[in-house]
Amino acid sequence: MSILGTRVVRNEDPELLTKGGTYTDDLIDERLDGAAHLIFVRSPVAHARILSIDTSEALKLPGVVAVYTAADVDLPIINPPMPMFNQDMTQTPLASDKVRYVGEPVAIVVCDDPYIREDAAELVEVEYDILPAVIGMPNAAKDEVLLWESVGTNTVVDFGTPDDLDPNLFDDCEVVVSHLIQNQRIHPAPMESRSGAASWPEGERLTAWIPSQGAQGAKAALAAQLGIDAAEVHVLTPDVGGAFGARFGADVEMVLTAWVAGKLHRPMRWSETRYENLLAMTHGRAQEQRVTIGGSRDGNMKKYRLEVLADCGAYPKIGGILPSLTRLMTPGTYVFDKAESIAKAVVTNTTPIGAYRGAGRPEATAAIERAVDIFAAEIGMDPADVRRKNLVPKFTEPHLTAFGALYDSGDYETALNKALEAANYEDLRKEQQLRRERGDAKQLGIGMSSYVEITGAGSESGDPNENATVEVHPDGTVTILTGTSPHGQGHATAWAMMASDTLGIGIDKITVIHGDTDLIPKGGGTGGSRSLQQGGMAVQKASIELVDIARTRAAELLEANEADLQFNIDDSGFSVAGVPSSTVTLAKLAEKERLFINAVFAAPGATFPFGAHLAVVEVDVETGKATLERIFCVDDAGVVMNPLLFDGQRHGGIAQGAAQAFLEEFIYDEDGNPLTASFADYPFLSATEVPSFDLVSMVTPTTYNPMGVKGVGEAGTIGATPAVQNAVVDAVSHLGVRHIDMPTSPRVVWEAIEAARSNSNSNGKVA
Amino acid sequence: MIPAPFDYVRATSAEHILELMAQHGDEAKLLAGGHSLLPMMKVRLASPTVLIDIASVPELSYVKVDGDDLVIGATTSHATVANSDLIQADAPLLSYAAAQIGDPQIRHRGTIGGSLAHSDPAADLPMTLVALDGTFELLGPSGTRSVKAEDFFIGYFETALEHDEIISAVRVPRRPGVGWGYEKFTRRANDWAIVGIATVAGRVAMANMGSIPARPVATEQALAGGQGIAEAAALAADGIEPAGDMHATTAYRQHLARVLTRRALETAASRNQA
Ligand SMILES: Cc1cc2nc3c(=O)[nH]c(=O)nc-3n(C[C@H](O)[C@H](O)[C@H](O)COP(=O)(O)OP(=O)(O)OC[C@H]3O[C@@H](n4cnc5c(N)ncnc54)[C@H](O)[C@@H]3O)c2cc1C
Repeated sequence: MSILGTRVVRNEDPELLTKGGTYTDDLIDERLDGAAHLIFVRSPVAHARILSIDTSEALKLPGVVAVYTAADVDLPIINPPMPMFNQDMTQTPLASDKVRYVGEPVAIVVCDDPYIREDAAELVEVEYDILPAVIGMPNAAKDEVLLWESVGTNTVVDFGTPDDLDPNLFDDCEVVVSHLIQNQRIHPAPMESRSGAASWPEGERLTAWIPSQGAQGAKAALAAQLGIDAAEVHVLTPDVGGAFGARFGADVEMVLTAWVAGKLHRPMRWSETRYENLLAMTHGRAQEQRVTIGGSRDGNMKKYRLEVLADCGAYPKIGGILPSLTRLMTPGTYVFDKAESIAKAVVTNTTPIGAYRGAGRPEATAAIERAVDIFAAEIGMDPADVRRKNLVPKFTEPHLTAFGALYDSGDYETALNKALEAANYEDLRKEQQLRRERGDAKQLGIGMSSYVEITGAGSESGDPNENATVEVHPDGTVTILTGTSPHGQGHATAWAMMASDTLGIGIDKITVIHGDTDLIPKGGGTGGSRSLQQGGMAVQKASIELVDIARTRAAELLEANEADLQFNIDDSGFSVAGVPSSTVTLAKLAEKERLFINAVFAAPGATFPFGAHLAVVEVDVETGKATLERIFCVDDAGVVMNPLLFDGQRHGGIAQGAAQAFLEEFIYDEDGNPLTASFADYPFLSATEVPSFDLVSMVTPTTYNPMGVKGVGEAGTIGATPAVQNAVVDAVSHLGVRHIDMPTSPRVVWEAIEAARSNSNSNGKVA
Repeated sequence: MIPAPFDYVRATSAEHILELMAQHGDEAKLLAGGHSLLPMMKVRLASPTVLIDIASVPELSYVKVDGDDLVIGATTSHATVANSDLIQADAPLLSYAAAQIGDPQIRHRGTIGGSLAHSDPAADLPMTLVALDGTFELLGPSGTRSVKAEDFFIGYFETALEHDEIISAVRVPRRPGVGWGYEKFTRRANDWAIVGIATVAGRVAMANMGSIPARPVATEQALAGGQGIAEAAALAADGIEPAGDMHATTAYRQHLARVLTRRALETAASRNQA
């Protein structure tokens, strides 16, 4: 029986659960002996001109090695990463004339002893001329206060303009509803905050340890930002404690750590506090969306418009491109006569926005799924019925949407029906009705989402492909080198399973190596749920090709025809048909000559996993507090290679997705001061706030790879968020509430109920 | 996240604490469980130059019966208060409140004296001691004086403690079988209260409804005057104007106070065996 598809426990766990991982800050490496420690002096204000920086007091503190400001740093300017972005919104590694967000690095203090870092940083005196802060995307779009006066606008990029919208779009619709929706700013909150280490002895190459989602991408970014040849850089990836999209490339702190190591020819270490992580690791989401949906009273959705205003934070990063992904997924799983979308991205005096689990796709799903519910409420139809009526019918040949997305395979109605069945939807509605009639304090809310998303769209290196090297050693062990970069996903287990299945060697004999740019010069890293469908497939491909090479060698050795050789998976070796005694194992073949191969798997394109989630919440209508009671999740990401890993990805995503719907939000006051800069105030959900998840299985293979797998890493944050939000609104819809923005925290829900009550009172209706 | 430099001394007796306080003066701070003080030092909101560790002074950690009162030593941990048979029997509200604090780690380090001395209006124990009509024993160079819980809290992080005094013990009346109610309204299991209510024997105290534990006088009077719970609870925010923050506006806090007071009073009534 094949190991693939079975619940293999994780190879990496015994070490992680006993001795613990080796994170960058834990590294013991002789190249880092005698390292000094950096700390960044960060801006305490959101928007200001820097008048002066006095480093003299800090330099006097015993143990302080050096202090640097922008005037000392001779590194290239950081340009906005995408050609379509306003290219004049440039950044210097340390703030030079201006600071643009609280947390922006302004100076570097280098200390012998890590324990004096914060004392030393306090001694750097920076004089600021405070400017009004630009907070809130609509404010930014007004261009009244500018982050770059010389640029003349806060707009980073426009994907279409209002002129592109069809003024007659909704003319043939009986019903048109429109709503402004917030997809709030959230913080990735990885368990491991950021660190970096670098060694750059005089006349030698730079070695940099960077916890990232891809060493090769980090190396390219590091070389570019240091203005040196990539051949001069060796990047290593220690264990990584969570990334969620926020650890691509090389952050400016890592670049400066390397720069100081080169300048002083002394190894450097940098490690940030949780407070700094909350301020200076990229945030996610942060879109304001106007949804307008039109159709007929009998539930036919005909037209849909999505207008997006996206926050880039203070410097345009990857966050600026995400609205284009949101646009691409505008119609979701539905058929419209016509749908249209425009987007604008602006800068504000806040932490820059980067990718965050789902990166642009959850924002699209959240918009359309709220729109469908608002439409259903308007025509008084069950939201499940409205969805069923308008879903794209099952397709097995790729389906091209009007927005240019090529959905590979899908069966959205079955997914929705499975979720409804698993939840006993009709019974839930009855229970809801009973509670409404009784006027219970705790009302039931039932919310659903139907989603389709994009996985494996590409990699840090561009195309949807990945490489792997597989080598069988004479002792019967196997080494796999992969260009993916696991940080919790379980590639050490999964890639071993892939190779084991082809080579017939037990997974306990297989070691998976990643994150060393000398050993593995190429790689696209891990993100966008690409790894199995490209990296895993490359391991499989390399394993198959390895057996082919071995076959040629075995034929020679056994003096037989290749065609007469049979590969016996149980023995991991060849035998000659009809001559049972004539055998040779792969390990034996590796004795004479190294037995290894590098293979690249190239996918024809992105895959489009889909599913449906159904959330059941209780809302205490007296206090506004909502709690998640059950969540039923159908996540069809094609064939499942290890259900344990597959479900693990879903669990984390569902919890994160529910957390956005319920509580998470990174908040600034109007002066740009962060109000949620500690874990006492930044409220991700804990185990106490989530129920056990009801995972429903559904498998629709893709034809884009031999195994039929798609990606599942982001399913949870795409499907769960709108299902939970819809459920909270549903719980109080009988009170006249049509929409509640995320996070649906107790205060927000209570205020929505109050507003609906006073509305219906003033309309003379009964509450 | 690293505090400014400080010296550390460990006290061995109550008397030793007072000596060390006299010696180090205003630059020193007492360290009990450290779960309020150390977080503030780490973000440098507090920078004492000397810490006097009182956590392992044996004579300050105990729970005992003294006539009609229960007496609890100041360095008794939240976990001990939560699990003590004596307290569970005679002042179950206090055990319950202690069990609602933070998470197990915090409850095993944090102390009753530390929580009260810290005087955070959002905390669990200050309002609980006000509802219980507790008394604090304050030990200073000239001996011990008693201060009623409701006179002890003066403002945000401000108490009736003199600079040379410590809380040595907490005294609460024994009331077995008397109904009590406790409502802690949070977003997440181990958060601080957005609004909290503690009630026992017709007294009500509220957390996070102002700079000190607030008492809804109108509610208590209505109850004393024989009004029903719903009517009395509807008055819970009368004359009380808590500040708004990102979790709650003034109006929302007032609303929560009314709802939660009603619920707490209903629970208390249903529990009453006296
Ligand atoms: C993550 C987290 C969550 C928490 N959640 C809650 C919660 O939900 N509810 C809640 O109520 N609390 C909560 N706390 C606070 C916790 O209860 C603290 O332990 C308590 O508030 C302080 O007690 P301590 O013994 O740790 O005091 P310390 O931090 O050691 O001291 C606090 C202050 O009191 C002074 N002090 C200490 N003992 C005495 C004494 N005997 N006499 C005079 N002064 C003294 C100290 O000098 C200091 O100024 C939380 C804390 C953390 C870190």
